[in-house]
Amino acid sequence: MKILERVEAIPRAVGALTINSFAYIGGLASLAGQSAYVTFVGPFRGQRFRPQRALDQAMAVGVEAIAIVSLITFFVGLIMALQSAYVLRRLGAMQLVAGTVAVSILRELGPLLTAIVVIGRSGSAFAAEIGTKKVTEEVDALRTMAFDPVAFLVAPKFLAMLVMMPCLTIWADFMGVVGGSVFGVTGAGFTLGSYFQATRDAIVVRDIYTGLIKSVLFGLVITAVGCKEGFSTGAGAEEVGRSTTSAVVTSIALVIVVDLVFTTLFYLINPT
Amino acid sequence: MTDTGASEAAISVVNLRVSYGEREILHGITFDIPRGETVAILGGSGSGKSTLLRTLVGLEKPTSGEVWIGGVNTANLSERQMDAIRKRMGMSFQGSALFGSMTVGENVALPLREHTDLEDSTIEIMVRIKLGQVGLSAFEDFMPSELSGGMKKRAAVARALAMDPEILFFDEPSAGLDPIIAAGLDELILNLKKAYSLTMVVVTHELASAFLIADRMVYVDRGHIVALGTKEEFLASKHPRVRQFLDRVPEPEVTEELDYLQMLTGDRKNAKS
Repeated sequence: MKILERVEAIPRAVGALTINSFAYIGGLASLAGQSAYVTFVGPFRGQRFRPQRALDQAMAVGVEAIAIVSLITFFVGLIMALQSAYVLRRLGAMQLVAGTVAVSILRELGPLLTAIVVIGRSGSAFAAEIGTKKVTEEVDALRTMAFDPVAFLVAPKFLAMLVMMPCLTIWADFMGVVGGSVFGVTGAGFTLGSYFQATRDAIVVRDIYTGLIKSVLFGLVITAVGCKEGFSTGAGAEEVGRSTTSAVVTSIALVIVVDLVFTTLFYLINPT
Repeated sequence: MTDTGASEAAISVVNLRVSYGEREILHGITFDIPRGETVAILGGSGSGKSTLLRTLVGLEKPTSGEVWIGGVNTANLSERQMDAIRKRMGMSFQGSALFGSMTVGENVALPLREHTDLEDSTIEIMVRIKLGQVGLSAFEDFMPSELSGGMKKRAAVARALAMDPEILFFDEPSAGLDPIIAAGLDELILNLKKAYSLTMVVVTHELASAFLIADRMVYVDRGHIVALGTKEEFLASKHPRVRQFLDRVPEPEVTEELDYLQMLTGDRKNAKS
């Protein structure tokens, strides 16, 4: 009897999980939709648009992340060069190091590492900021003052991320290639000039723009998850911690899923 | 329109029910708040008085019933339609809810900047007037974190006054303040009452404060209104819960042995059936 009940509970749990997941994705989409409306449609319908808040966010999200993004992608570029040299040396194809590093950084690691850094710096900050405002009734105060909390708090973040994620990714791509060149010059017989020439010859425009498309999507995911977790904060300080943690964990998981989906999509659309 | 008469009642609540999920907090509440009067909503912790306030300002949606504010039933308005009404109301929150990233002056200026077309210089003057009214003239450039609890509450009142509201709501204005600062806030509310023809709704559990500032009392108990009227009527109330509240009698621990037994075993029974 009890076993039967437990077996029965499994499809119920799976069903509930599925519905909750779709509801969550729906919630993210609704936040993004409302933000898109107040950013791109609102100003034409006489609502005010304040670029200052988006600029402040862009500074925090993008400009202040340059140092850490540079450091990480520089080292990962160097690591990628070392690791690929390990295989390429045996094939006697050390001249391919530049191309291997460039393609893996541009197509995958640049956008992904940037996203991970931005999740850690900004996704968590979004959740903590909105969560704290929720706990201290500031979100309620916005509503009673006839402000739309989404327009006020979320839309500037989306706009900032939409612009800054591709910018950071381009910079990350560059720093990754520079990191690779350190090994190229010291360990693979390149000169700085010939390394960058080899990099240029190895990549096509497609490598860059697929990475940038992904970075924009990552930016949307990170903002939506961070803000949604912030708004779902209950009462109390522990709740802010909880929503910050879950913003980071959920963002990382969703970014990887989005990465997989779009990498597959790009592959299917044009495999060559 | 109802015949409750929008002209005399600033707020009119008809058979209001509010639930959080499955749990109903307010079980059909009806009362009027006449224009220009100060009403204290009294009640113990968990009585539903804060929920009532949140519903009046549109932060919670009623499950049924009507909330008429200035002749409009706000129960079924969309968030954007509600905003038009909110611009005519001000609310001072229990924890002040000032925006921590802005100075006190910017906090007060925010509604003016966003909702009006006034020049910056005009807004600046208005901010100084509002801060002067609450006795914070010298604190325009302070951050909220640099203010004491009582000053934060005053700043929150200044922000609530920014748009020259017709109705002002206070959530526990004296909670967490020492008696002297709390008395100062009571006096501020009295001064506002004298200076403007404001309708004010004050949620509080401080009896002394309520008797000082209010024209009328509404006593909420477990989601029902059990007493309603002027101070004198309220004092004369025979309702046992009101008497208990006025005489500061603690809740008896166990009312009946059967109830106690029910409380101990209740969950199991529910799970079985």
